[in-house]
Amino acid sequence: MAIINLTKDNFDEKIKTGTVLVDFWADWCGPCRMLAPILDELAEKLSDKAVFAKLDVDAEPEIAQRYGISSIPTVILFKDGQIKETKVGVQPAAVYEKIINEV
Amino acid sequence: MEYNIDIAVIGGGPAGISAAINTHLRGKSVTIFTNSYKSSPLYKAKKVENYPGLPDISGAKLLDGMYDHLKSMKITAIKAQVLSIADMGEGFYISAGSEFQSAKAVILATGVVQTSFYPGESELLGHGISYCATCDGMLYKGKRVALIGLTGDALEEANQLHDIGCDVTFISPSIKPDKLKPGIKVLKGSKFEFKGEKKLKALIIDGVEHEFDGVFITRASVAPDLLLPGLDIKDGFIQVDKKMQTNIAGVFAAGDCTGKPNQILKATGQGQIAAFSATAYIDEREQA
Repeated sequence: MAIINLTKDNFDEKIKTGTVLVDFWADWCGPCRMLAPILDELAEKLSDKAVFAKLDVDAEPEIAQRYGISSIPTVILFKDGQIKETKVGVQPAAVYEKIINEV
Repeated sequence: MEYNIDIAVIGGGPAGISAAINTHLRGKSVTIFTNSYKSSPLYKAKKVENYPGLPDISGAKLLDGMYDHLKSMKITAIKAQVLSIADMGEGFYISAGSEFQSAKAVILATGVVQTSFYPGESELLGHGISYCATCDGMLYKGKRVALIGLTGDALEEANQLHDIGCDVTFISPSIKPDKLKPGIKVLKGSKFEFKGEKKLKALIIDGVEHEFDGVFITRASVAPDLLLPGLDIKDGFIQVDKKMQTNIAGVFAAGDCTGKPNQILKATGQGQIAAFSATAYIDEREQA
């Protein structure tokens, strides 16, 4: 399944139920661009375990502010709307896979 | 997956240069990622007494000669700080500046290890403290930030943050605040401490508390285990075997980052061994 693009219009609805991994990113951020293909691949591999989504902090600053995003990339794992895990900075794919499997 | 270079060398000091030259001579493509070499402490050394054949050469002349050697071989050296390396299994992604490159193998030649973080720095990194103005600057648009300048590009980074729209205060124990854009405040200080529970609350400069929304620190390099999570480090040094192989397949290390003595000759020797090992690693995988 492809990665869903989140905006302030669909954010709350999309994270409300199920396991959702959200990548907070921005175009100017090199490490964010490096993380993108890693998460693309993981989204395909774990499509039955989690929904993968991303939020452009430049386009949606209020949502970024709501979650206190102070460094990018930041990845937040939500389950039924609750924050379960937060990972700041680029992590190996295995780290994201583990938090999804253990949620 | 395609990897666009054979070997990425992280660090352009003697170890990195030697690794790049020897990789090139073994017929593999190589790119060095480095800060400006003229800001290296070696460049300021007045006299190097123990380089065989070059008695009493200055650090500057030695490094200039090494860079001429790279140029004569047309080896690419990209001036950028590497912030993150991702192990993709068959190769690596390297994030440098606002782009990322890919390589089949990596040689870490990141230099003298910085083992002393300011109190509170490691805990609050990513929670108000950042090493990357280009990555995180925009998140602090219109907010109060401090930049602790420890490297040559500190002034440039401070100006960049100012241009983004941050309210910048520049502090450096060593760098003169010349060429800062108007509007950037300057504070003097050399002892720093960070205060905050889960998020940065204040920066204590020489015992005086100042409130900032964010603090940027320009360090010469990101600590190797932050750069590449999972890397085996002991006392701050990257652990390597005799072939300069680390615990991660395809990742090699050379020079001061592997431990003492901090000597140019040791660095160049290890750089060569790392190059031999990395090229053999690529050949073995391609033949398999």
